[in-house]
Amino acid sequence: MDNKELNSPGYEIPPELEGQLAVTTLDRIYNWGRRSSVWPMMFGLACCAIEMIAAQAARYDLARFGMEVMRPSPRQSDLMIVSGTVTKKMIPVVVRLYNQMPEPKYVVAMGACASGGGPFKEGYNVVSGVDKFIPVDVYIPGCPPTPQALVAGLIKLQEKIDKQSIKQVRWYRKGADSVEIPVPVLGPDLIDMRRSAEIKKTAARRPQQPAEAEA
Amino acid sequence: MTTPAPTAALDLAARFPGAVTPDERPNYSGWMVDKAKLLEFAAFVRDELGYDLLSSITGVDYLDDEKMEVVYHAYKTTGGPALVFKVQVPRVDPVEVPSLTPIWPGAELQEREAWDLLGIKFNGHPDLRRILMWEGFEGHPLRKDWQEPFFEEGAKPFKSRWPDGQFLTAEDKNPYNDNLQYPQKFDPEKWVPEADAALYGALAKYTEIDDESGLKTDRVVVNLGPQHPSTHGVFRAVVVMDGETILSLKPVMGYLHRNHEKIGERNTFLQNMPYTDRLDYFCSMTNNFGYALAVEKLMGVEVAERAEYIRVIMSELTRIQNHLILIGMLLNDLGTYFTPALYAFEERELILDIFEEASGSRMMCNYYRFGGVVRDIPEETLQKIKDLVFDRLPRKIDEMDRFLSENEVLVSRLKDVGVLSAEDAIRYSMSGPSLRASGVPYDVRRADPYGIYDRFDFDVAVRYNGDTFDRYMIRIDEMRQSLRILEQAVKQIPGGPFMTGKPMYQVRVPAGEAFGRIEAPKGELGFYVVSTGKPNPWRYHVRAPSFINMTVLEKMCEGSKIADFVAIFGSIDVVLGEMDR
Repeated sequence: MDNKELNSPGYEIPPELEGQLAVTTLDRIYNWGRRSSVWPMMFGLACCAIEMIAAQAARYDLARFGMEVMRPSPRQSDLMIVSGTVTKKMIPVVVRLYNQMPEPKYVVAMGACASGGGPFKEGYNVVSGVDKFIPVDVYIPGCPPTPQALVAGLIKLQEKIDKQSIKQVRWYRKGADSVEIPVPVLGPDLIDMRRSAEIKKTAARRPQQPAEAEA
Repeated sequence: MTTPAPTAALDLAARFPGAVTPDERPNYSGWMVDKAKLLEFAAFVRDELGYDLLSSITGVDYLDDEKMEVVYHAYKTTGGPALVFKVQVPRVDPVEVPSLTPIWPGAELQEREAWDLLGIKFNGHPDLRRILMWEGFEGHPLRKDWQEPFFEEGAKPFKSRWPDGQFLTAEDKNPYNDNLQYPQKFDPEKWVPEADAALYGALAKYTEIDDESGLKTDRVVVNLGPQHPSTHGVFRAVVVMDGETILSLKPVMGYLHRNHEKIGERNTFLQNMPYTDRLDYFCSMTNNFGYALAVEKLMGVEVAERAEYIRVIMSELTRIQNHLILIGMLLNDLGTYFTPALYAFEERELILDIFEEASGSRMMCNYYRFGGVVRDIPEETLQKIKDLVFDRLPRKIDEMDRFLSENEVLVSRLKDVGVLSAEDAIRYSMSGPSLRASGVPYDVRRADPYGIYDRFDFDVAVRYNGDTFDRYMIRIDEMRQSLRILEQAVKQIPGGPFMTGKPMYQVRVPAGEAFGRIEAPKGELGFYVVSTGKPNPWRYHVRAPSFINMTVLEKMCEGSKIADFVAIFGSIDVVLGEMDR
C-alpha cells in the first residue's frame, strides 16, 4: 500500500514530509497491518492441503502476501484454511481448534468438500460443509482448487479485511456471536449440541432410516 | 485371474478333506475353507506352501444368499500369483470368524476394519475395536442393508437426476435436514460419549506397572495429532512413554474416513475412477492404474499398446514425484523446515505440468479408462517428458543425494532408528519401499508383473538394514530405477490408438470377482471388485498400503525416543486419504 492509499483524503501533507508522514484513520492502518501479515494455521485435512503446500512453495510463493508464516498452533494463527473433507470424526477437533484461535480470526473453506461436502457429500461420515459449524469468510471452489485459485481466495480475504471497521466487527462487540462454539459430540451419529432439542423432538417420532419410513 | 497352481490344488483339497473345497462360482477363484479349519489351513499355507505374505483381508456381504464372506489374499515373497481363500458364515449376528492374527500379525488392522465396517467378529483378536468410525457409532456401514442418512437409491445414476431430471437435495428428504440419523427416541442430553475409554483401556496395561520396589511409576501418555504438523494430515498416535522412551503406541485413524467403499458400491464402474484419484492424492495416476487393472481383469479387455506405454510413463513419473515429496517432508519433520521440501516441490511442479497437459488436472488426473487412457499425450508433452527424464531429473536426484545423504545430522537422526527386520516386515504384511528396505526384494512389478513391466530392464531396489536411513535411501534408489524404466519407455513408445474400442460411459462388466494390484509408490495397492453383472460393483474394496503399513508402526517405535517417532512415521510414507479412505 503506498502513501496515497493510506492517506485519508482531505489533509494536505507538506511536500518535505511526503513519504515520511501519513494521515490516516485507525481502521485503515489497523486493517493494513492485519491484512499484510495473515498467519495461516498449519493444518491440512486432505487433498487440498497438498495444493496449499504447493501454494507455499517456490512457484506460487504465498510469502508475497505476507502469509508464509504457517503456525502449527491455533493460538498463534489468524486464519484457518479448512483444506479438505471435514468428517464427522474430525469436526469436534476443527471446532476446538477454531475456538482456540485468538480473534480476529478468519476461516477460508478451500475446495468443494469444505464448502459443501463435495464429491463425498453422500458419505455417512462426511459433514456437508464446515459452515454448518464455524463461520466461513471465503469459499474457494475447485476439487482441489489450484494454487492460483487459493491465492485468489486469499486476496479476496484481504479485500474483506480492508473493508472491516473496528466499530462493527463481531469480536469487539458483546453478543452471541463472540461466544465459543459448542464442540459437537460423537454419539450414534454426530450431535450438534446447539440442535439437541430439535434432535430429541425429531427422533421421538421418526424411525432411524428415513428411506424406510417413506416406503 | 488368480488361479491356484494345479499341484497346490491337488494338495489342498486332499490335505483337508471336506473342509477345503474349490470356489466353483463362475468367474470366482480360490478356496472355500471351513471356519473351524481356518487357522490350521492358514498355518499350512504359510509354512508348507510358502505363502508367507498375507496381502489383503476383506469381507463381502452377500445379502441375497444370507451369507457373510471373508476373503484372504496371500502371496509368496518370492513372487507368483495369489492364493485366495474364503470363509463363509451365515449372516446372523454375531457373525464370527477366527482371527488370523496368531498366524499373521499383519491381519490386525484389517480385521478391525472388517469388524468396524461389516460387523464381522474375529474371535481371538487381541484388540478388536472400531477403527475408522468411533466407538458408539450406530451400525456397520458397509452392510448392504445399512443405509446412510443421505440414502437416495441403491445405485447410480439416481432416477431423480436422470432421466427424470427432477433435482432434489438430499437435505430435503432427511428429517433433520442434514447428514444425520439417530435411533428412535434418542435423547442427546442423556448421551454419555464413550470417547476414548476403549482406546485408553487398551493401553492400561502399560500405565499400571508396579516396580519391584513397590513404587508405582507413572507412564506418560501423549496424544500426537490429529492436528499435528508431523502427522502429514489427520493421523493420531497415542503414545505411552517411560520418560522419553516409547513403551507402546496405538495408531488412531478414521479422521479422514470419506466412505470411499460405500460410495463406490453405489457408483457405476466408471464413476469410481475419479474417486480413486482422491485415495492417495499424491499418486492419482497409479491409483487409476490399479482400479483399471481390476476391472479390466473382470471385463477381459486388452489394453491398447500405446496406452500401456503411457500408463507406465505416468506411473513412473508419479513414483518420482511421490518419493521427492517424501524426502522433502521427512526432512521437514527432522527440522530442516521447508528447504528440502522447496527443492522437491520445484521438480514436482514440472511433473504436474505434464499431468495437467495430458489429463487436464494437476492432481486429480482421472486419466485411465478401461482399455486405455482417456486421451493421447501430445507430441510437445512427450518432448517435455524426454527433457525431464534425460536431462533435468537425473541431475536433480543426484543433487538431492549429494546434499542430503551424507549430511551428518540426517545420518545421525536416521541411522539405526526404527529397525524393522525382514521377518517382521513380512509377518506384518508390510509392502512397498519399506519392505524392500528391510531386505525383502519384493516388488509387484517383478513378482507378479502387470501391464508391460516385464518388458523393461530395471532392478528391484533393496537395502538390508531396515532402519529409517535405509528407508530414506531406497527412495533415491527407486527414483533412479524409475528413470531407467522411463528412458526405455519414452524411446519405445509406439504410435496407434490409445484406447481399445470406443469410449463408453457405461461399461458392461460380467459377474465375478477380481483383484487388481500394482506397485504403487507407497506399497502394494490392490482393488478387490465383485460384480454381479449390474452397472455397479457389488463389493469394492481397496487394499491400501498406507493403511496396512501402519500395522507394524507400534513394533517399530517400541524402545525409540519420542522424537524419533516422527522420523519413523515419515519414512513409512503414508497418506491419510488412502489410510482412512
